[in-house]
Amino acid sequence: MNRTRFAARRLAQGLVALLLIVVVNFFLIRAAPGDPAAVMAGEAGAGDAKFVAQLRQQFGLDKPMIEQLGLYLGHVALLDLGQSYRQQRPVADLIAERVPATLLLTGSAFVLSLLLGITLGAWSSSRVGTWSDSLVTTVALIFYATPLFWVALMAVLILSIKLDWLPGFGMATVGQNLSPLGHAIDVAQHLVLPAVTLALFYMAIYARMTRTSMLEVSRMDFVKTARAKGVPRGRIWRVHILRNALLPIITLAGIQAGQMVGGAILTETVFAWPGIGRLMFEALLQRDYNLLLGLFLFTAAMVVLFNVLTDVIYTIVDPRIELR
Amino acid sequence: MRDFWRRFRRNKGALVGLAVLAAVLCLALFAPLIDGGDPWAMVQRPFLPPFELAHTLFGTDTLGRDIGTGLVYGARVSLMIGFVSTVAALVLGVTLGAVSGYYGGWIDAALMRFTELFQTVPSFALAIVLVAIFQPSVGSIVTAIAIVSWPPVARLVRGEFLTLRQRDFVEAARLDGQSDLRIIFVELLPNAASSIVVMASLMVATAILLESSLSFMGLGDPDLMSWGFMIGAARTVLRQAWWMSVFPGLAILMTVLALNLVGEGLSDGLNTKLGGGRGNAGL
Amino acid sequence: MPASDPVLLIDGLDICLPPGGDRPLAVSGVSLTLGPGEALCIVGESGSGKSMIANAVMGLLPGPQVRPTAGRIRFDGQDLLDLSDLQMQTLRGRRIGMIFQEPMTALNPIMRIGDQIAEVYRSHTDIGRRECREKVLAALADVGLPDPVRLADSYPFRLSGGQRQRVMIAAALALEPALLIADEPTTALDVTTQAQILKLIRDLQRRRGMALLFITHDFGVVAEIADRVAVMSQGVMVESGPARAVLDRPQHPYTQKLIAAIPHGQSGDRAPAMAPTALLELDQVTKTYRLPGGREVAALKGVSLSLRKGETLGIVGESGSGKSTIGRCVTGLTPISSGRILFEGTDISKLGPKGLKPYRGRIQMVFQDPYASLNPRHRVGSAIMTGMLMQGIPKTKARDRAVELLSLVGLGPEALERYPHEFSGGQRQRIGIARALAMEPELLVADEPVSALDVSVQAQVLELFDQVRKKFDLALLFITHDLRVAAQMCDRVAVMRAGELVEYGEGSQVLHDPRHAYTRELMAAVPRLERSAS
Repeated sequence: MNRTRFAARRLAQGLVALLLIVVVNFFLIRAAPGDPAAVMAGEAGAGDAKFVAQLRQQFGLDKPMIEQLGLYLGHVALLDLGQSYRQQRPVADLIAERVPATLLLTGSAFVLSLLLGITLGAWSSSRVGTWSDSLVTTVALIFYATPLFWVALMAVLILSIKLDWLPGFGMATVGQNLSPLGHAIDVAQHLVLPAVTLALFYMAIYARMTRTSMLEVSRMDFVKTARAKGVPRGRIWRVHILRNALLPIITLAGIQAGQMVGGAILTETVFAWPGIGRLMFEALLQRDYNLLLGLFLFTAAMVVLFNVLTDVIYTIVDPRIELR
Repeated sequence: MRDFWRRFRRNKGALVGLAVLAAVLCLALFAPLIDGGDPWAMVQRPFLPPFELAHTLFGTDTLGRDIGTGLVYGARVSLMIGFVSTVAALVLGVTLGAVSGYYGGWIDAALMRFTELFQTVPSFALAIVLVAIFQPSVGSIVTAIAIVSWPPVARLVRGEFLTLRQRDFVEAARLDGQSDLRIIFVELLPNAASSIVVMASLMVATAILLESSLSFMGLGDPDLMSWGFMIGAARTVLRQAWWMSVFPGLAILMTVLALNLVGEGLSDGLNTKLGGGRGNAGL
Repeated sequence: MPASDPVLLIDGLDICLPPGGDRPLAVSGVSLTLGPGEALCIVGESGSGKSMIANAVMGLLPGPQVRPTAGRIRFDGQDLLDLSDLQMQTLRGRRIGMIFQEPMTALNPIMRIGDQIAEVYRSHTDIGRRECREKVLAALADVGLPDPVRLADSYPFRLSGGQRQRVMIAAALALEPALLIADEPTTALDVTTQAQILKLIRDLQRRRGMALLFITHDFGVVAEIADRVAVMSQGVMVESGPARAVLDRPQHPYTQKLIAAIPHGQSGDRAPAMAPTALLELDQVTKTYRLPGGREVAALKGVSLSLRKGETLGIVGESGSGKSTIGRCVTGLTPISSGRILFEGTDISKLGPKGLKPYRGRIQMVFQDPYASLNPRHRVGSAIMTGMLMQGIPKTKARDRAVELLSLVGLGPEALERYPHEFSGGQRQRIGIARALAMEPELLVADEPVSALDVSVQAQVLELFDQVRKKFDLALLFITHDLRVAAQMCDRVAVMRAGELVEYGEGSQVLHDPRHAYTRELMAAVPRLERSAS
């Protein structure tokens, strides 16, 4: 199969997945406690009557289910996710203003975890059986087994509260008038703890996977061929083993990039990082179901997007994709 | 079996993990005997630091409840939810994976699309939404965890079955006139069992992490004292009472770590022999 | 023999095995010499240690548990066992080239062919990019690959097994090494491709005057390529000498046994008195597979055959010829696309699983891979008895019959309680035959039943097939890629190519007086003991 067609097909599949998620979301709204109109209006049963009536009409809640679904899909397609009652604002707007913070956090954590994880995994696999390999394996296992939110709390407790090295709350220092550069530095300082915390768990995953994958590839026939050709050891590890071992890592990273948004919920909650994860926690506290479901839909859409991106990248790095 | 134990034992980490796991299991099983207290009862003044009084060794929380008692009862909740949700996810995942892998074709394609859909959705966000919508309770938590954890099982079992069903012994079984159901359960499943067992041990670990994360977000069962809930309650008083979050966190870390180590040991012990023992055919 | 110094001299080489193996040394006290321009074959069965010697010369033993423990390997005036890995690295690919058995996995799947050959030049010389490219293209052309420019930019998955093996040869010979080591380079290839690759290796070796160390299990290949031969058994070299002399007058009993076990290609004297009516008839059977992309592949294009009781029909062809598909269609494992399969006059191809049930026991199958044909989780007894129990035979009776069958195939009753991994490949194939016979079949389909076995074991299993065929008056559908085996086993032979029957007739006629050009090509490609290497 041709590469563009492959990518196009994956994109189409992604859109179908998204459509199904929207449908699931539609039914979840109806499963939430209280009247759907009230849910969409905000807290169950507490929306003011006039507003609820307006919503009821807007979303056609007096019409048959299938028609309601059609209307709902239409609204979602126009990025209309209804209102957040508590905040008295459209859900889509609330999400939109929180996206940059989350992208900054997950983006830096993603890059950090991928670089660190692959480096550590590759490094330890080339020294398999030595103490440095055991050290990396153990550290990776520990971070893999530690609850993300607890690592975050411990980071705040030790590095922020006890040692006062780095800020552990919010995205910027409140009440200070800083120059643009000063502001950037301030944000960067606030970013360090949440980004590193979030990165550690994923770093552990990448390190473990890279190590396993490299050891697997190093036993393959073509590695022996390369040795028989007299290719230097360093080049064998870089060009033959690492490149082949990275193929499954790309797939994994694509999935994890999306899942990281989930991890960001916990990290942002602990560090009060004003992204969509924190917004989700606020929605939970206030039982703001419509906002919650809107956020859910948004994160799912992000994941679909990342998966399609991964597939596109994959078509570039693996020539065999044409066989699929 | 002896071979299995010999290989398992060679993995030192797995032995440590097994010991820790056994200890946590005892704690959970005999919780009322070990600590007769009620985890919700106020036993001392609030914010009592640890290691000051013998019977509240781990200190007390904001309401004067004993952290130690909470830890013991939290073990129950963590293990119970971990095991039950894993069993539920296994039933779902193994069934779908086996059907998908054995029959292949359009059945496989359809089921795998379905599985991919579940894998696409960010699992923690889905779990949060499900528990929040259906109200926090043991039932909704177990269901939510099972729903987000079955896809990897289905994919694993499908993968195993896809390769296994091409083996000649499956064709031989068909020529014997064995039914599909019998082939799936008697011929194929035992060959996939070791990978399933290894995966299950890791799933229990992940389920415990998920449960604690949900409880931390305030989505735990309000009637159960769990480690995640304790950490969640400690979040706002981190400055005043470090012990409230440190001890439950260590408990989660140790349990999850132990399960992972045991999983690695199981993988060492189970996976090698079953390839068919071609021995040193590579000579 | 040229009187010049040997290129390679191995003296008293020992290679150890990990503790707990079936023997302490993989290779014990092996000595051999190889002169310039000379071709030496090391021949032996699996586990004889022959590949270990090749890997030891290359410094590619898996170590530290498997490593040379005694002796020396002299090459280029130095003992290779004294060299560091870095020093070996400068020799590998430059002074010694090596090719392997599995062309499908020996190339890096995500690296272009040209780059994989260029790597040899880059690792050992300082030539520029353009010169390197020219050399790569020349090397590809040299091994007879068409369109080197396009090929150099292709990835391995576009190439056939034979083409990949040519690429491997091009890479191994890129820097004109003094010694080429070939470790079973044609074993994974079809017979016609094998003939081409052997010819290529021989031509290049003669033209460049390099020494060749060729590892093989096949005496036919030895006859084709070797000047001298060394026979290995259980890590010990039991015999060596000029190839012709060893092949014609083997001295050691083991060599004699091995050569005697080679399928001789002579049809046995068979009683032609057979049942007048056909037990199995294939009438214009076609099978078309639909690939996921929507493309269709015709595996069988209108094949008609017939088989009588007590008769053996050989189906011969290369991989992809459709020969295995016939076996799967006859047993009902694969539905056919059109045509009829008549068993005692009933069209069994149209019967559903239920209608097929009475025929299940009457048509049985023996499979190729003895490691995959028995469920590793089930005891041998249950493997043999399940079919009988499914047919409603009482357990004690099934058990008695299982014991009887095991003794028929040369195994004791204690085998019932053991698991497949406790048996060797040959023993497992015997168990496979016992399992197939348990249902008292009238038709036995054997799909390449000996191709995974060593030659001496192969002979015993073929003997067993002949024995049970006579004893139970079976009709035997014998699928094989090996013409010699077919000639020996079969009354009639059908030759398949690309889903079509190109030749079909009496065994001796097809094999000794082939009518179709493809059959003649196949016959010519078979490595033969009789023909001299010159």
